[in-house]
Formats: sequence, structure tokens, C-alpha cells
Amino acid sequence: MDEVIRVEGLTKSFGDHQVLRGIDCSVKASEVVCVIGPSGSGKSTLLRCLNGLEEASGGRVLVHGISVHDNNTDIDALRSEIGMVFQRFNLFPHKTVLDNITLAPTKVRGVSEEEARQRAHDLLVKVGLLDKINAYPNQLSGGQQQRVAIARALAMQPAIMLFDEPTSALDPEMVGEVLSVMQTLAEEGMTMMVVSHEMGFARRVANRVLFMDEGVLVEEGTPEEVFDTPREERTRRFLSNIL
Amino acid sequence: MEPILWFGWFRADIIAEYAMMFWRGLQMTVLVTVICIIQGTALGLAIGLARLAEARHSPARQLCRYLLRWPSTVYVSFFRGTPLFVQILLIHFAVLPLFINPTDGLLIAGETARNLKQNYGAFISGVIALTLNSGAYISEIFRAGIQSIDRGQIEASRSLGLSFARTMYHIVLPQAFRRMLPPLGNNAIALLKDSSLISAIGLAELAYAARTVAGAYSRYWEPYLSISFMYWTLTLGLAWAIKRLEARYGRGDTR
Repeated sequence: MDEVIRVEGLTKSFGDHQVLRGIDCSVKASEVVCVIGPSGSGKSTLLRCLNGLEEASGGRVLVHGISVHDNNTDIDALRSEIGMVFQRFNLFPHKTVLDNITLAPTKVRGVSEEEARQRAHDLLVKVGLLDKINAYPNQLSGGQQQRVAIARALAMQPAIMLFDEPTSALDPEMVGEVLSVMQTLAEEGMTMMVVSHEMGFARRVANRVLFMDEGVLVEEGTPEEVFDTPREERTRRFLSNIL
Repeated sequence: MEPILWFGWFRADIIAEYAMMFWRGLQMTVLVTVICIIQGTALGLAIGLARLAEARHSPARQLCRYLLRWPSTVYVSFFRGTPLFVQILLIHFAVLPLFINPTDGLLIAGETARNLKQNYGAFISGVIALTLNSGAYISEIFRAGIQSIDRGQIEASRSLGLSFARTMYHIVLPQAFRRMLPPLGNNAIALLKDSSLISAIGLAELAYAARTVAGAYSRYWEPYLSISFMYWTLTLGLAWAIKRLEARYGRGDTR
């Protein structure tokens, strides 16, 4: 299977603080990879390095074989292939749901206004929010906002979707609606990398689980391997703390 | 003209006699204000962006610091740290003659320069000084407005593949503009009032008209009280217009 993302010896420091201490991993097409680990373990930083929101201190990240942190890389073109969903949604508050979704396809991809609107329409049906097409983000609940954010990222028809703790800022009763949209996506064959504390989701949906701690990739394997028969002591300790 | 007394002391006939002069002065005041608001906003945006310019890699990183951030910081510091009145005098009597001068003007020389200086010298200096001054203040408004936008907005936009310039244009500036409207309005009002300082170099605007009338009649209540009311009316109008703008563009910003 062809690799969408390949990470080689990735390190990242903020000042003296080393957040990533040499990460090697890869994501293949149609694979769903969940990254778990205690907070401060570097999961989100890893994800943010994948689309160049963070500069790498060392090592490299290849997306479709193109180096993300190379000065000569057209980072905007590369980013349009990588959808990202944030913990705090980050919808554009001055634009309607429709305009949030159509902005990037029309401006970056050069899709016609009409086609972008059709795409937005279809995606809103998919996330179950067609009735909110003309609403502003502040008129939506957190769960609805996150579903719009997913639709917005999907409108670029990306090769991979990155989810940075997509349900952590949600009220408990809204977590399910977002996770079920993500599960549908996974079942449709979308390549996904998900940083999450939702162990149930990871177990149900992930093809592979990565466990990170203190900037190191401690263990990886199928959900059954990592959750049921973890090899590493640190993984066991983490799992016993949260389950 | 027969003296006309209002309330037993206000010589309304003086105002009536110079009505045309006040009217022209009022037009000049409005013209200068409008030009300086437009130019000052454009300049302020440019300077504000220059003060925020940052790049990750050299040599762009060094260029940003030494050619953009550093000069713009000095510029803002100078124009906010010295009196506008002094700036006007400096530009009119020292800087402008360097560029527009009949004998050896760097920009314009000869007969054209003589005519230009004679007829529009005070106007040009005044507009330049006021533009440079308000540009410094407005750049601070832009800088604060842009910095007040949540980083997540920029990250979301960039992660969709929008370039830095498009992110500014479509995402950051529209949101920042709403927050900037109240301080921009205050600045416009200050600019309108400060334009009276240009009378010192002989521009025939409102304050100049009042001074002329005061000099001719040795009466001070009538001209200065009159222009006070005119300025007041203008600032009230501006404040009203800004309020309308805020109401119109305030949508979607409450979270």
C-alpha cells in the first residue's frame, strides 16, 4: 500500500524543552491511525508538524514523498491535500456555514462558486447539518461547529485528515455525534490520523494505535495489541490510569 | 452692514459678512480630514503589517527585522512621541522645501515649484504631516486589532491551504476591522480636530477663517464660538456614522 505520510526521526523543541525526541512512523492510504498518550506527551505537536503548522527541529516529514519542512516546498499546495480538524473548531465567525466551507475550494483550488456550493451542500447532508447552511458559527452548538469544521476540511478533498483532539472541547452529550461522523469517514476509506482521548473510538475504528509518552513513540500495534496485551510497562500504566 | 446683536452681545452680522469664508474653511477642513483618513488608514495598515512582519527562514527573517519591523517601530515612535504641531512646522518649513523648491527641488523645481508652493504649499505640507501622524496612530490600531485575532483562526485558514496574504485578506482583517472600528472612529474625530493646527502655516480652513475674522474685528466670541459649533457638528456627525458602521459590521462576532 502506498504511504501518505512518512515521519523520519522527527524532533521538536520549544526553547530548552524537547517535545518530540525522534519519532518514526507512517500512515498508509485508507488507514486510520489513532495516537494516544498522556497530555504533554507530544501527540498534538506531532500532528501539527505533519502539515507544517510547527517547524521541525530535526528529522523530516514526507507527505506523498514531498518534504513538508523543505524551504522550496509549496506549503500551501501541500496543505490543501491535508485536512485538519482542531480541538477548538476554529470556524470563521464572520462567515456563514456555507462560506466557511466554500472559501478554500474557490480561492485555493479554483473550483467554481456553483460547484463549491454543491459540494458544501453534499457535505452538510453527510454531517447532518443542511438546515444550518446559512447560520453563523456562533448560532451552533459545539458539536455542530465541529461537524461543520469537518465538512470544511473535507471540501478540499484532502488525501488525509488530521484530527487534533476533536472532541476534547465538547460537552459529553455532543461527543457521540462528532465521533459517528468520523467513523463514517473511516468506513468510507478516508486516510485519518486522530489524536484523541476517546479509547472506545480508537478501539472500534483504528487500524493502528500509537502510544506516545514524553516525546517518544513507546508502542504501536493494532487496537487489540495495544489495549489488551500491551508490551510496554508505560503503556500498561497509562491504560490502567484511564480505564 | 448694520450691527445685528443676538442676546444683546453676539454680533451675528460679522458671521454673516464672512459666511463665504467660513463655508470655504469648512469645506477645506472636511477635505483635509477625508484625505487624511483615507491615506492615514492605508499607511497605517502598511506600517501595522510591517511591524508584525515575521519570517521563519533567512534571509527573509533578517529582512523582516531590519527593513520592516525596525524602521516601522522607529517611525511610529517618532510620530507618536513628538507634537503634531512641531511635525507640521518641520515638514512645511524644512522638509517640503527640500523636495519642492524653485532653485534646486529634489522632486519639482523651477516655475512649477514656485506656483505649487505659493498656491498649495500649506495644503500639501498639512496633508502630509497629518497623514504621517495619523498613520502612526492607526498602525497601532491595526497591530492591536490583528494581534487580537485568535491564532486558531490563522492556523485553520493556513491549514486549508490559504496563503498568508489570503488569510489576512479573508480571515484576519475582516474580523480585526470590526474590533478596530471604535478606535478608528476616535482617531478620525481626533484627526478632524487636529486639522485646525494646519492654520498655523496658513491653510485657509476653519480655524484660519476664525482667526482672520477675529483679527479684522478684534472680536473673539463670535468667530471662535461659531467654528466651535461647526467642529462640534462635524464630530457628532462622524460619531454617528461610526456607530452606524459598527451596527452594520458587528454581526457574527459575539462568541
